[in-house]
Amino acid sequence: MKSTQRSSGKPASKSTSLLTADQRKELLSYMLMAREFDTAMLRLYRQGKAFGGVYSQLGNEAVSVGSAYALDRDRDVLFPMHRNIGSHFVFGQDLDQLMVNHLAREGSQMRGTDGTGHYADPARRIYGNVSHLGAMIPVAAGFSLADQLRGITTVSLTFIGDGGAQVGEVHEALNFASVHKIPLILIIENNQYAYSTPNSLEFACERLSDRALGYGMYGTTIDGTDVELVYATCLEAVERARRGEGPSLIETRTMRMRGHAEHDDFSYVPKDLLEEWATKDPVETYITRIVRDGVMTADEVKALRETTLATMIASIDRALERAWPAPEEGFKNVFMSI
Amino acid sequence: MQMTYLEAIADAMRHEMRRDDNVFMIGEDIGTYGGAFKVTKGFLDEFGAKRIIDAPISEAAIIGSAIGASLNGMRPIVEMQFMDFITNGFNQVVTVAGTTAYRWGLPVPMVVRGPSGGGVGGNPFHSRNSEAWFAHATGLKVVCPAFPDDAKGLMIASIRDNDPVMFFEHKGLYRKIKGEVPEGEHIVPLGQARVVRKGTHCSVIAYGSAVHMALAAAEALASEGIDIEVVDIRTLVPFDQETVFESVRKTGRALVAHEAVLTAGFGGEIAARIADIAFQYLDAPVRRVAAFDSPTPFAPTLEQAVLPNAEKIQAAVRELCNF
Ligand SMILES: Cc1ncc(C[n+]2csc(CCOP(=O)(O)OP(=O)(O)O)c2C)c(N)n1
Ligand SMILES: [Mg+2]
Repeated sequence: MKSTQRSSGKPASKSTSLLTADQRKELLSYMLMAREFDTAMLRLYRQGKAFGGVYSQLGNEAVSVGSAYALDRDRDVLFPMHRNIGSHFVFGQDLDQLMVNHLAREGSQMRGTDGTGHYADPARRIYGNVSHLGAMIPVAAGFSLADQLRGITTVSLTFIGDGGAQVGEVHEALNFASVHKIPLILIIENNQYAYSTPNSLEFACERLSDRALGYGMYGTTIDGTDVELVYATCLEAVERARRGEGPSLIETRTMRMRGHAEHDDFSYVPKDLLEEWATKDPVETYITRIVRDGVMTADEVKALRETTLATMIASIDRALERAWPAPEEGFKNVFMSI
Repeated sequence: MQMTYLEAIADAMRHEMRRDDNVFMIGEDIGTYGGAFKVTKGFLDEFGAKRIIDAPISEAAIIGSAIGASLNGMRPIVEMQFMDFITNGFNQVVTVAGTTAYRWGLPVPMVVRGPSGGGVGGNPFHSRNSEAWFAHATGLKVVCPAFPDDAKGLMIASIRDNDPVMFFEHKGLYRKIKGEVPEGEHIVPLGQARVVRKGTHCSVIAYGSAVHMALAAAEALASEGIDIEVVDIRTLVPFDQETVFESVRKTGRALVAHEAVLTAGFGGEIAARIADIAFQYLDAPVRRVAAFDSPTPFAPTLEQAVLPNAEKIQAAVRELCNF
């Protein structure tokens, strides 16, 4: 399938039955981890104990979990962005390590040189982002390119926002990946806003995935609140990539349900827009489906949710008990060797 | 074996590509065409299209993908068609490559190389000497060879280095400078300056094309009875200050010369360090000879006027010796 799916302007929506009950449970548990990670971080922010920006991913759980779940975490590789905490969990990141990294405490994989989800954990095949939007997309492509030269297909999954998608490096990376048939999946997370800037001031095309046509790669726009749809769409992209058909561009439509970060009261977002999207909450709608299909009972979900939140809070507390990294760390490792 | 500066660079890369399958090249028109300056002539035939990758005109994608390949165990060599176009890939070099060791403790063994420098009628966009930008960026090694043997030895060292290396080849030296180059394995470690002419009256500290200007100046000054020492620093990062200080302690005078523009050039850094550490040995202030602070102009008359040359170095040395 070479051409992009041409749009009517509306995102595609379909359900899947590709998944077993256990897999659906697993998807829900990862989404709850993402959701309750946020709950716990917001609590920390309100307590004045957070350090650096707290970038909520509320509303994006289905995208980061569903997409990462379509990869083979022993073979493929993840380049997450700032609203993809769910994908870290899918890739098996240890919760305590994640918190220590995020909060830049002693034992961080970045030694305190950076924080949030910017860390790399090669053993878990996770390579975090830099702040500069779009900069890691060519890097993700290059990771897969290296294996392509060795005759191995390693799918790279990475993300960009509706705002970040306007950075020049995104164009260069997609064109390069398409020319060289690199197994790259780029998800454009269209959550309607880039900080305070709405879609209408970021781009003038109907669907961001329409750009795929110009690169000669597959592209589609889907409902990003439906985790099983995200999963199924990414699984197809993974299969295309493994067949040597190159990269895919997937636009997921969601809503950023909080400010850009917690300092931002997002008063520029119309209330009715938030209300409309609240009815499509990816976690709540999935719970309804899971319960309706008899995969879990409502009580089981409630219990899982409570233990998940408690686990998050306990992990944050353990991270906060740790000291800040020693100041000497600031003088080390600018070079591998000099 | 006698080789031009350009041949020495090609010889180094060929040597490393034969030795290590993880070394590959990516750039614009480097395959069939052999590169704008023909540095990679014949490489496609020998190594194939998988290892000699002709990329679209996308400097950020080229450098970014090389960084990604580095993270996955490769040792890419990136050719910038002209070093001037590094501006289009600056973010990848500075933001990503230069911070990776510090943040992640992971090597980015990438070499970004290409022709830089003026004096060949290149215009403002094919003549720039941008090495100081990268010395200032943190986390990047910066190499500026002046001679064929150093070009080879430093290139091999750069390819084997686990940090990102910015390798500035001076396009004016490519075919002009010839010299004896050891065959096969030849490594010049990064971070070692070389005294290329011994002298007693004044140290001229230079790199790249300015080393040749200094050597020409030395010839002329010798006839006036002024005997200068020329120190080729060879790499800006790491910077071998010991060799520089040793020379200045001996001569008591220091002139720093580079082809890049004066203000905030690397010469300012060298001068500051000499003033800081070797102050008590100085018989005169530290002077700099560099290009006028302008883009490099096109017409030969203008270009020759703004760039430094041997005469400007001679004049500055005379002043220091008569201080
Ligand atoms: C190149 C660059 N310019 C500006 C910024 C500052 N910045 C950080 S996030 C952001 C908005 C991003 O919006 P979007 O890409 O839609 O992602 P979202 O935060 O909505 O998920 C901006 C402007 C940046 N990080 N990088
Ligand atoms: Mg956005």
